[in-house]
Amino acid sequence: MSKTVNQKGWFFVMPVVLLVAFNAIIPLMTVVNFSVQETFGDNVFTWVGVRWFEEVLHSERFHAALLRQIAFTAIILVIQIPLGLAIALCMPRRGPWVSVCLVLMALPLLIPWNVVGAMWNILALPDIGLLGHSLNALGIEYNYTRQPISAWATVVLMDVWHWTSLVVLLCYAGLVSIPDAYYQAAKVDGARGWAVFRYIQLPKLKHVLTIAILLRFMDSFMIYTEAVVLTGGGPGTATTFLSIDLVKVALGQFDLGPAAAMSIIYFLIVLVLSWLFYTLMMRNEEK
Amino acid sequence: MKRAIWLVPTVYIVFLMLPIYWLINMSLKTTNEILGSFTLWPRHLTFDNYIKIFTDQTWYQGYINSITYVGMNTALSVLVALPAAYAFSRYRFIGDKHLFFWLLTNRMAPPAVFALAFFQLYSEVGLFDTPYAVALSHTLFNVPLAVWILEGFMSGVPKELDETAYVDGYPFWRFFIRIFLPTIAAGIGVAAFFCFMFSWVELLLAKTLTSVAAKPIAATMTRTASTSGYELGLLAAAGTLTLIPGAVVIYFVRNYIAKGFALGRV
Repeated sequence: MSKTVNQKGWFFVMPVVLLVAFNAIIPLMTVVNFSVQETFGDNVFTWVGVRWFEEVLHSERFHAALLRQIAFTAIILVIQIPLGLAIALCMPRRGPWVSVCLVLMALPLLIPWNVVGAMWNILALPDIGLLGHSLNALGIEYNYTRQPISAWATVVLMDVWHWTSLVVLLCYAGLVSIPDAYYQAAKVDGARGWAVFRYIQLPKLKHVLTIAILLRFMDSFMIYTEAVVLTGGGPGTATTFLSIDLVKVALGQFDLGPAAAMSIIYFLIVLVLSWLFYTLMMRNEEK
Repeated sequence: MKRAIWLVPTVYIVFLMLPIYWLINMSLKTTNEILGSFTLWPRHLTFDNYIKIFTDQTWYQGYINSITYVGMNTALSVLVALPAAYAFSRYRFIGDKHLFFWLLTNRMAPPAVFALAFFQLYSEVGLFDTPYAVALSHTLFNVPLAVWILEGFMSGVPKELDETAYVDGYPFWRFFIRIFLPTIAAGIGVAAFFCFMFSWVELLLAKTLTSVAAKPIAATMTRTASTSGYELGLLAAAGTLTLIPGAVVIYFVRNYIAKGFALGRV
């Protein structure tokens, strides 16, 4: 749609700009401030330049947390995107079951994140939880507070439970927006099964899939509450992802300088990767 | 093959319901039963956990606090996002694309990055431990989201509508409120739904910005869990009750969920 040039637009967006600036720019400046200064309390600050940044970038603890974070996000994307797409393809398109499916599937998205953690905690307790008890009864040694592998599996399973529905809903929305004429044309041409998916559904889904991948990337990269409630970052540091590590440094040890430097690096990573994802996928779409 | 296709969503929904069932199951058991044995359903059905929550002010106040700031945030986010989304969908002005992208970057900011800075900011302006603080801080990610969704819906309304109204002599604000807003009512509903959702589920900022008076229910739960030890039944009951607002809201927008996802491009 063609838009008219009208500088009055700024009046319309002013409330939003002011509100978001208050919440984004002032805290961001605080963080930047801390990241270049040393403090010993009593509001005495000395300039230290990029020392905290160097310290964080060279610390093995940060590398380890970053690596865990990347591994976690990669696993999440590899599982959730295909699974969500597959479930969306199998869902009914019309009839009374559509609403039931949508409402039940959307339910996990509306549960406060710490309740999600607590819920899985209760479910996975080795002795009295449904999951933990069943696994142990089957002879699989499972204890998420002691074994790193169990902890990882539980966190991944919890995230799949929590967020796959978002992918399903996005893909489903994309699928129902494909006009019937496309399918009829495919039928005339004798296309079936895989061909319909590959040449009709998948191209039409590119846009929603881009959004799904972007949202899942951003949110899984920022995972905090659910994982903290479930495992507390443990056992040891096995599930200490970036946000968890950051909060430990900032609020646990009160190392404001390094925490602030880490925040900025963290934010930049999310920003650059999101931008890269976005431009790459949009370029593909144009081709 | 074709007939068995319904199995996939069914199995998935069963998987989704299992943890929820277990939570409700736990909430109806006595502490003795929970700790004593593994039972698939409560043998000694009890509603004590729920009664405790509804009669103890520290518990039910948490729900009131949560609902208060979520409601404020939803209203505020949608209200400021409406004119902004209109401008983004209809006008071209200096810096519009950069502004739009900048708004979206706030959706990408990990709340953990801002938690401490938010604490200082809201203490400084004297809003710490009030629902206003949480409602305002959640606009950080909800306003960009609302703008995004509403812009999608508004771009679907043909521009001829605006022009016809102008020719008919409608003053702009009257057109906007009387004609334009009703045409995108579904979009407003969807935007409000998403604002509600993200404000309701977020905890890190809500917990950082409150201590006693405005403590959200989710924070009450974590604190109880750590102080009173192993009251799993009570914790499960409180968790079960947090599912209800979500379920109610989904029910209202059920016909628009899929549509909203597509049009709103979320």
